[in-house]
Amino acid sequence: MRITELFDNGEFVVSAEVGPPKGIHIDGMVEEAKKYLSGVHAVNVTDNQSSVMRLGSLATCKVLKDAGLNPIFQLTCRDRNRIALQSDLLSAAMLGIDNVLALTGDHTKLGDHPQAKPVFDLDSVSLLHTMCELEKGVDLGGNALIGEPPKFAKGAVVSPCSDSVDAQLVKMERKVMAGAEYFQTQAVFEPEKFISFMEKAKQFGKPVQVGIIIPKSAGMCKFMNNNVAGVHIPDELIAELQADKEKTKAGITGVEIAARIIRACKPYCQGVHIMSLGWEAKIPALLEQAGL
Amino acid sequence: MLMTKLKSKEAISSLIDGTVFIINCHGCKEVGFPEEEAKQLQQELAAGGKVVGVLTTDYICNPENMKLRLRSHLAQIAEADAVLVFSCGVGVQTVAAYLEDQKVYAACDTVALPGFQGVTPLNYDCGQCGECFLNLTGGICPITACSKSLVNGPCGGTKSGKCEVDPSMECGWERIIQRLKAQGRLDILRCPAKMHDFNTDEATKSRKES
Repeated sequence: MRITELFDNGEFVVSAEVGPPKGIHIDGMVEEAKKYLSGVHAVNVTDNQSSVMRLGSLATCKVLKDAGLNPIFQLTCRDRNRIALQSDLLSAAMLGIDNVLALTGDHTKLGDHPQAKPVFDLDSVSLLHTMCELEKGVDLGGNALIGEPPKFAKGAVVSPCSDSVDAQLVKMERKVMAGAEYFQTQAVFEPEKFISFMEKAKQFGKPVQVGIIIPKSAGMCKFMNNNVAGVHIPDELIAELQADKEKTKAGITGVEIAARIIRACKPYCQGVHIMSLGWEAKIPALLEQAGL
Repeated sequence: MLMTKLKSKEAISSLIDGTVFIINCHGCKEVGFPEEEAKQLQQELAAGGKVVGVLTTDYICNPENMKLRLRSHLAQIAEADAVLVFSCGVGVQTVAAYLEDQKVYAACDTVALPGFQGVTPLNYDCGQCGECFLNLTGGICPITACSKSLVNGPCGGTKSGKCEVDPSMECGWERIIQRLKAQGRLDILRCPAKMHDFNTDEATKSRKES
């Protein structure tokens, strides 16, 4: 089901995220997804996230769809030129996978194959444009597609707590102009920054899902502060995670923090996107505590 | 070795909204310039009353040399609505950095030829990609100043203004946006998605068109 229909119906849309394994055995992941993600509207499948080579996003989407979940195909421009991107979009549509999240993708140098050639023939903006062209029944070469053209729910991302908010808003507007229908954000730990971003972003009139990561430990937070662009975890949250180590280890503190952030942001956005980073089992408790 | 070729007449006239000051760079033996075509186009512009001054010089890619040559023309440049530079991408970027409050446009695309690359300042590198984007980016090259060579804006990988791929490098798109903002020209980024044309091979292009 296209996620845009849910926004149109006024739903507060909840999505979560799974990362395919580095290997071909996927049963465990599917069982976990069925068990813990049955309460969410859609499940993003990452595309060689952080430039680490894994099982493919599209194949995993198909498996999740067959298991009764509603997948969102994350598609990055890092590894494919415009021929391969269009071909994968057609493949997705043929398999009935019509939720696509367009991403530029991390640079190859940040991953486990730094020797690889970074492609970036297109980027997130031109990929959104490409989807619109395919929907009109033509490819980027100007050639007609045969038969009924595909239709996608075209998603994009934005980083509301980036220290370059001006730049993020410029890019967001270009994505809207290129056809983006909804946005998922980078992880938010400072609701006040998100709210002030949304004050400016609401002019574009597109639904936004606030990005949430359940913080697992103080160490993880410090790592993200030092290494992940657009993510900042304030000291008081880190102190909260340090206060009771057993509670933090059990995930209770992290879920409390994440639920609090969701509740603070909810009045200002149209959904939430949870990046659980292996903690899928905590999602049902998180949704309950957040009142979703 | 590299070669510059004129952008199309339509592309150049779409940049000109008012008067221009023209800079030609003819001095460098490593670069092939389309001198005759440029002269013809500039005569047409002059006939339309659009040209407030012309400077034909050499090595504008050398910032000190360029500043010296421009010194006696600064009044004319201030009077013009834009500066139109007929040079390789390094030259345009050097001028754009010096005249940072002025609209500086590239009239040429720069194409690589095998062999010696010329002595180019590291700060204003030209990718010789064959499709110059400097007119959309305030005279800062997104091909060489962005790790991913993005042409539609920044990615999310900027941390404290630096590129997450190479923290010693400033985010090229952050620089572009700050320059356009200072010039009150952020509007030029509100344009349809751009796609880089990697087919710089004239033979293939004419085959496809015929």
